[in-house]
Amino acid sequence: MTVKQISIFLENRPGRLSELTGLLEQNQLNLRALSLAETTDFGILRIIVSDPYQAVTVLKEAGYVCSVTKVLAVELPDRPGGLFDVLRVLGEGGVNLEYTYAFTARKKGAACLILRVADNDAAIEVLGKNGVRPLCQEELNDLFDD
Amino acid sequence: MEHYYQPEIECASQEQIRQWQSQRLVQTVHRVYENVPYYREKMKAKGVEPGDIKSAEDLRFLPFLTKDDLRDAYPYGLMAAPLSDCVRIQSTSGTTGRRVVAFYTQHDLDLWEDCCARAIMAAGGTKEDVVHVCYGYGLFTGGPGLNGGSHRVGSLTLPMSSGNTDRQIQFMCDLGSTILCCTPSYAAYLAETICERGLRDQIKLKAGIFGAEAWSEEMRQDIQDKLGIKAYDIYGLTEISGPGVSFECSEQTGMHINEDHFIAEIIDPNTGEVLPEGSKGELVFTSITKEAFPLLRYRTRDICVLTRKPCSCGRTHVKMSKPMGRSDDMLIVKGVNVFPSQIETVLLNKGYPANYQIVVSRENNSDRLEVLVEMTPEMFSDSVSLINQKERELIEALKSMLGIYAAVKLVAPKSIARSEGKAVRIIDNRKLY
Repeated sequence: MTVKQISIFLENRPGRLSELTGLLEQNQLNLRALSLAETTDFGILRIIVSDPYQAVTVLKEAGYVCSVTKVLAVELPDRPGGLFDVLRVLGEGGVNLEYTYAFTARKKGAACLILRVADNDAAIEVLGKNGVRPLCQEELNDLFDD
Repeated sequence: MEHYYQPEIECASQEQIRQWQSQRLVQTVHRVYENVPYYREKMKAKGVEPGDIKSAEDLRFLPFLTKDDLRDAYPYGLMAAPLSDCVRIQSTSGTTGRRVVAFYTQHDLDLWEDCCARAIMAAGGTKEDVVHVCYGYGLFTGGPGLNGGSHRVGSLTLPMSSGNTDRQIQFMCDLGSTILCCTPSYAAYLAETICERGLRDQIKLKAGIFGAEAWSEEMRQDIQDKLGIKAYDIYGLTEISGPGVSFECSEQTGMHINEDHFIAEIIDPNTGEVLPEGSKGELVFTSITKEAFPLLRYRTRDICVLTRKPCSCGRTHVKMSKPMGRSDDMLIVKGVNVFPSQIETVLLNKGYPANYQIVVSRENNSDRLEVLVEMTPEMFSDSVSLINQKERELIEALKSMLGIYAAVKLVAPKSIARSEGKAVRIIDNRKLY
C-alpha cells in the first residue's frame, strides 16, 4: 500500500532540471508528480512516474545518483476540509510528516497527496482506522489514462 | 636613511660572508653527523663523510632533505641538541604526516629574533616605533618571531595576534601603531576597512611587514595606496626558523637572505642539479647556526631566483625573488599549508571516493577554500537534513585536518573536470604568481 518515489540528486546549476526532464522525455517516461527540495548548493528532485523501474534504470545509466523511497499516496475527497481530515488523523495518531506534495489526476479529477513519513506501517494503520486506505502502485496508475 | 640592526653583518663583504658560511657549515656537518643518527645514515647512504665538506663549495655533495624526511623523523629524529637544552617548540598547522615541529634552544631563539629585528629595521623600524603584530601567536611562528624582533629593536610592541578587526583598528588609532605586521591579505582587508570607515587620517602607520603567503605587486600597490605606507615582504618557514629567513629592504626588489645563518641554493627540482645565479629553480636552505634543529639542504619547494646584484640599501646578502610557484602541489591558504593529499585522506576516511576538486579564491582580500565533492549513491539520501549532516561532518573533519575552514560543495557525479583522464585537483583563482 505504498508507491515508489524516485529521489534524484541535482547540482544547483542552470539547466540541470531541464536535462533531466529531457532524459525522461526521450524514454517516454510520464511524470505524475514532482517536488523539489533545495539547499544553496544542491537539490533533491522527487518524482512519481508511470514506470519507476524503467525510470531508475534510465537515470542510473545516464549517471544520476538516485534512490527509491516508498511513500504513501492518499486520494483526497474533493471538498473543503479534505486535506485537513487526513492530516488531522495523522497528527492525532502521532505520525510525523517529513514532507508532502500533491497533484491532480486528470482521469477522475481527483486530488492525490504524497506523504513521506518515518514509519509507513504505523501511518497506514492510523489511516486505516479512520477509513483512509493509501493507494498501491497499480491504483495510482489507474488514476491516469495512459 | 637606511637603518640596520647588525650593520657589520648585514653589509659584510662577500668574502667575509663566504668565510662565515664555510666555517659554520663544516661545524654543523660534523655536529649532526655525530649527534643525529638520521643524518649519519643519510650521509653514509650517499657516501659522504664530514671530512669531505671543507667549505661552502662542498655543500652540493650533501644529500637533500625533504618534508618526507621530517615526517619520517618526527618528532625528535632530527634533533641535534639534547631536549633539555631546548626552550621552545613551534609548529606548522598541518596534522599527521604534514605537520612540522621545530625545536629551539635559547640561542636559536636569539638568532631568529635577530633576523626578525633586521627585517623590522630594514622596514625603517627604530626604538621610536610602535610595532603592531597581528600575525597569530602560539604554535605559528609569525607572532612570536616578529614579537621577538620588535623587542630586540626596542620598539614598543603590540602583541595583538590575529582576528577582531574592530579592536585592531581601534588600537591602531588609539596607540599610534607605526609598523604593521600581518599577512598581506589581512593587511589589504584592514586597509579597506580603515578607508571605508574614513579613519585613514587617524592612523600613523608608515610601514608594513607582510608575509606567510604569496602576494602580487598589484596587491602591494593597493595596500600602499590605501594605507599610505611602504609594504615590505618577509619570507620564512618553520623548518628553517620562521619569518625572517629573508626580508625586503627599501629597494623592494627582492628579499635579502640572512646568509650568516642560512646558505641558499637554487636547484633544478627534477634533477637536483645546482643552478647558476639568476636561474629560476627550487630554493634549498641549509641552516648553519641552529643548535636544536639544523636542516641540511632542505628543499622548500618554493620556486624563485637568487641575485647578487649590488643593492642600493647597502646590504650585501643575496636576494631572493618572491616565490613564483611551487614544485609540489602545496597551497598556502590563509597562511596555512594545504596539501591535496590531506583532503584526499579525509574523504577516504569518511568513506567517500577521492573525487574532489579544490577551488581557492580570494574574496574581499580573504582566501576562501572550497572543496567540490562528487555525490555518490552511498552518500545520497532522500532527506536533505541527512545529506546536510554528512556535509557538516565532512567540514568538521576537513577543519581538524587542515586547521582552517573549507566549504564543501556537493556536485553531480563525473562533473569534476578531467583532463586526459587525470582529474584536475586544484583550481587557484587568486592569481598570486
